[in-house]
Amino acid sequence: MISLILKRLVLGVLTLWLVATLVFWVSGALPGDAAQSILGQDATPETLAALRSQMGLDQPEIVRYWNWLKGILQGDFGVSLANGTPVNDVIASRLPNSLLLAGLSTLVAIPVSLILGIASAMKPNSVFDRLTTFLSILALSTPSFLIATIIVLVFSVWSGLFPALSNISRVETIGGLFRVMTLPVLALSLSVIGQMARMTRAILITQLQEPYVETAMLKGASRLRATVLHALPNVAGPIVNASALSLNALISGVVFVEVIFAYPGLTKLMVDSVSSRDLPLMQACAVIFCAGFLVLVLIADLIAILANPKLRTE
Amino acid sequence: METTSASVTERRRLRLPNWPLLSMIGAVIFLFWVFIAVFGDLLTPYEPGEFVDSWNVLGPMTADYWLGTDYLGRDVLSRIMTGAKYTVGLPFVTAALALLFGLILGVMATLLSKTVDTAMSWLMDTVNSLPSTIFALVAVAGFGTSIPVLIIVITILYIPSAYRNVRSAAINVSKMEFIDAARVRGEGNMHIIFREILPNIIPNLLTHFGIMFIYIALLLSGLSFLGLGIQPPEADWGALVSENMVGLSYGAPAIFAPALCLLSLTVSMTLMVDAVSHQKKDR
Repeated sequence: MISLILKRLVLGVLTLWLVATLVFWVSGALPGDAAQSILGQDATPETLAALRSQMGLDQPEIVRYWNWLKGILQGDFGVSLANGTPVNDVIASRLPNSLLLAGLSTLVAIPVSLILGIASAMKPNSVFDRLTTFLSILALSTPSFLIATIIVLVFSVWSGLFPALSNISRVETIGGLFRVMTLPVLALSLSVIGQMARMTRAILITQLQEPYVETAMLKGASRLRATVLHALPNVAGPIVNASALSLNALISGVVFVEVIFAYPGLTKLMVDSVSSRDLPLMQACAVIFCAGFLVLVLIADLIAILANPKLRTE
Repeated sequence: METTSASVTERRRLRLPNWPLLSMIGAVIFLFWVFIAVFGDLLTPYEPGEFVDSWNVLGPMTADYWLGTDYLGRDVLSRIMTGAKYTVGLPFVTAALALLFGLILGVMATLLSKTVDTAMSWLMDTVNSLPSTIFALVAVAGFGTSIPVLIIVITILYIPSAYRNVRSAAINVSKMEFIDAARVRGEGNMHIIFREILPNIIPNLLTHFGIMFIYIALLLSGLSFLGLGIQPPEADWGALVSENMVGLSYGAPAIFAPALCLLSLTVSMTLMVDAVSHQKKDR
């Protein structure tokens, strides 16, 4: 088992390096107008050249790549082009907000989708199952920006229950936090629950057809007991893996939820940095997202290994 | 012998697929959107860029303007019809391209050495594990946004998932007995891939095409919603939603009409995917 885990870790680090490299080369595909975009129209060739050498833009691409990679390993993402502040500071002020949003949504989404998935797998083709399936398909097929927009319309514009903009930096009390976070968390978890509930159902339903589940029930276990205690542990691995993949949906959901609610998080920062072509900031955001995502997938992989006695004892 | 078997397959193709009612409805809606995507430009009631009613921006649904007017007083229906070629066409083209390249690479990987196969699978898994929205943003930052860039980037982002799907389906089929039979008959690799395996994974390819279509449609309209996809004066349905956001407080049809069109497109595709994947299971 240890060698399997080590193999996964090494592969994870390699993948992360490949991803960072892709981010660097793809985002830097249009050459060196960073200095130009700072100075704008008034740039003289001299000032442009001076700024370029100050920013290291006059060095060959490969050298810059090397310095960038070295910086990341030392935890230094460079300087934001927009206002000259270190990228680290900008990110440090935004990252906790995004983590809070994503974390709360995960806390809501995972239990709800597990319960929905298990309940509908236990009674396939019942009214409840059909309704869940219908709603999951609807949630899956709706763009996250539409979900967030409708939620704003219903809970904020029409009923005035919650604020339409989630300015978390002005929040001081727990009650205020609740007021500000409810709508973004609702919007974000809705777009994930559909996918996760559907996958849980699909994975569990094939497992419930196994003979041992029937045996358990013939021995007197209730359907609930047979499902939760007998079948569920056997599919824990696949379900955890599937949930990790749903995080892909979660991350793209975060982008739209943050933009629509004007929530001061990292993805909003990234979208803004793409619009303003602030490359160091954008690259840092992208690397952080991909790294976070890869780490979560890795954790899910490890849980799947640990949950599988066959792999655990190898 | 040849002619009878050919006519049997011909007859089978012409028959309407034996789908449940909901999936048939989905197919009808989808075909409707394909029709609009192809002919929408010719059928618009007004010039899509024309300010037909500048005094009545974000107007309600009326007999003159069926889906109201947008934030500049343009006819929403006409703009939806001209936007269809992007929202329906681009996912269609990119999903088809991704499937084609996934197929080619998948076939190549199985034919070439084991090392190539492993390296390729790793590379594909890496790209597949990128959060697609984030990477699309990275690419837009790098190359700027234009329709060719969007097509190329999204195709590349979705090749890995097509590749994986083709591979796993092909591996399942290649364990079947009739493949062994073909090998014993002395058929070559090419014959086995194109005449034995490929016809049997077509239902898989179709379902996966549908799933990719949905994801790409959502991704593209999302990018346009953020202002980083289709650029003005052209607009796909995501851009139509975002440019009319000022009308949200009074529930302007200019926001909800394109949004509901998008929803009907993705739901209709989901219903069709469901039908094909159920048929696959039944066989």
